[in-house]
Amino acid sequence: MSSDHQTLALLLFSAFIAVTLAITTWVSRNRHGSAEEFYAGGRLFSPMENGFAIAGDYMSAASFLGISGLIALFGYDGMLYSVGFLVAWLVVLLLVAELVRNCGRFTLADVVAARMSERPVRIAAGTSSVTVSVLYLVAQMVGAGSLVSLLLGGNSGASQVFAVIGVGALMVVYVTLGGMRATTWIQIVKAVLLMAGAITLTVLVLVRFHGNFNLLLNTAADRSGHGVKFLSPGLKYGGDWTARFDFISLGLALVLGTAGLPHILSRFYTVPTARAARRSVVWSIGLIGAFYLMTIVLGFGAAALVGSDAVRKSNAAGNTAVPLLAMDLGGGAGSTGGTVLFAVVAAIAFATILAVVAGITLASSASVAHDLYASLKRRHAKQHSEVAVARVAAAGIGAVAIALGLLAKDMNVAFLVGLAFAVAASANLPVLLYSLFWRNFTTRGAVWSVYGGLVPAIVLVLLSPVVSGSPESLFPGMDFQFFPLQNPGLVSIPLGFLAGWLGTVTSAEPADAARHAETEVRSLTGAGAV
Amino acid sequence: MEKDEGRESAEVRLDDPWYDALASGWGELNEAGSGVPAAVPAQKSPEPGRSAADIYLEVQASAAFQEVRSRYRRFVVPAALAFLAWYVAYVVTATTAPGFMARPVAGAVNVAMVAGLGQFLTTFLLTWAYARHARLRRDRAALDLRWDTQELTRGITR
Repeated sequence: MSSDHQTLALLLFSAFIAVTLAITTWVSRNRHGSAEEFYAGGRLFSPMENGFAIAGDYMSAASFLGISGLIALFGYDGMLYSVGFLVAWLVVLLLVAELVRNCGRFTLADVVAARMSERPVRIAAGTSSVTVSVLYLVAQMVGAGSLVSLLLGGNSGASQVFAVIGVGALMVVYVTLGGMRATTWIQIVKAVLLMAGAITLTVLVLVRFHGNFNLLLNTAADRSGHGVKFLSPGLKYGGDWTARFDFISLGLALVLGTAGLPHILSRFYTVPTARAARRSVVWSIGLIGAFYLMTIVLGFGAAALVGSDAVRKSNAAGNTAVPLLAMDLGGGAGSTGGTVLFAVVAAIAFATILAVVAGITLASSASVAHDLYASLKRRHAKQHSEVAVARVAAAGIGAVAIALGLLAKDMNVAFLVGLAFAVAASANLPVLLYSLFWRNFTTRGAVWSVYGGLVPAIVLVLLSPVVSGSPESLFPGMDFQFFPLQNPGLVSIPLGFLAGWLGTVTSAEPADAARHAETEVRSLTGAGAV
Repeated sequence: MEKDEGRESAEVRLDDPWYDALASGWGELNEAGSGVPAAVPAQKSPEPGRSAADIYLEVQASAAFQEVRSRYRRFVVPAALAFLAWYVAYVVTATTAPGFMARPVAGAVNVAMVAGLGQFLTTFLLTWAYARHARLRRDRAALDLRWDTQELTRGITR
């Protein structure tokens, strides 16, 4: 990488940071710090704005760089991710978005606590939401660190450390100063940039192949070194049965986890009605679907134009496939076009990470202040406003994420993302679906289903080859591996549902029919929605 | 198709910036939604001494609400089961039967590629169908119930 790239990329990074900080100060002028304003941005975003913001919140650098990279290296197996990440939105659209908008205020726990005994349910749902957010945040921070050091050439540990600290500091600034309003606008700007970048590259790839998709696939297969096998599943996940079950487990986690991600759920509260929430999801499905279709073209394009070997040589995980493709499409290394496109792609990836981490930090600070602090504080403790607590929590979560991000900086980003989705699907989704759809669900069932999904998911990961027992583990020297799969979803998601059912049928007190009626009427009609 | 849906929502938004008043699809809606019974709460005048819990139980038992709920569930439950089954079948086939997935269809395009792009297509189609169903068959009735319920609970909750 020449110094031209670095200078230009740094300039674009700085421009993006300047623009987002300007947005943050602009939108937070003359705003009083109400909870409505801080967590939900005043609830007056339009469906189109919120649709773009949801897409901006969801499409992480792991998708843009990671999935295209996986396709460039393993062909079809990378495409399985694209499918899972999109299909997951049907769960959100059909079962979650409108109902959550109607019965909640700021967080997932609001929905569950509406018909349960409030304190235990809030503590449980708050804990699992914070856990999911922190895992996802660490994944993004690690991604930011490796991305910046890769793109700026400095493969030393120092640039990675600075990138993690810088991203962490920026996200705390955005969230504490601007709240949901600033975060939303940053996500909208990022979604537009990301779509524009992806469309440009896709068009350039297709033009290079004269619009002939068949030729693109054949060239990709030829240059990958795998031949026709490159175009069918099995290169990455086709080994032994452990690898296959691992992939099925990941597939389940991807499709069921999205609906349990706290930062996605909190986006529905930024629009005024359930109808608007539905229309924002329709917008975001259009955007996200188009984006993942383009990642497929970009991945095969990188294999065809750059070649799988060249991609692998630059970064073993394939994360640099898209930047390399951009350089090739712009005219090759050393050309002006190549330099500019490369720097633009790097800046877009950076913008992506900043927007995603801001959204997660905001959602987890809401869980800390609105759920945990409000339930755990001593009754006669000095009254702090909830928003002040949320601001402090955002700073605290930022610090935790920086520390964990530095600790985990050598872990695989895709694995961390898969883990966050698995925990969300095991701990958050069962309790959410049960409370929205099951008449007899009780407080005990709710608490059991959260912990019954959360604890197995975490324990199974600790006992998996990720942590010990293999050369790539976190602690390669130790061996307490017991569970063969890397992703716990296949076991922990059913356990979450089972625990919720078990807790409910063994409850001493029956479900409160009146509060169930209230939840059902409110969720389907919007009566009494804030 | 998604774009059309989105553009349509954008147009709707111009007419009703935030509130739920339905600005499009009135004609179709009256036709399709004519089977909805009048919202029950509207027939009764609020009696003093009723609690919010009573009102919600009463609304829940009303024919209008039952109709909205069954319309929602009759669409969502089969649709959710169908797409989950189709997705799981796709993932399981991709991991257990790569030979079948590798069979060529046309040129370099094989069964796996068709199935993967089919997942995209069905997602878009189902999104469109759901949004249309909700707009035409559910929104109007739900909105009526919302105002009636809020009218009944107003004195109690505030």
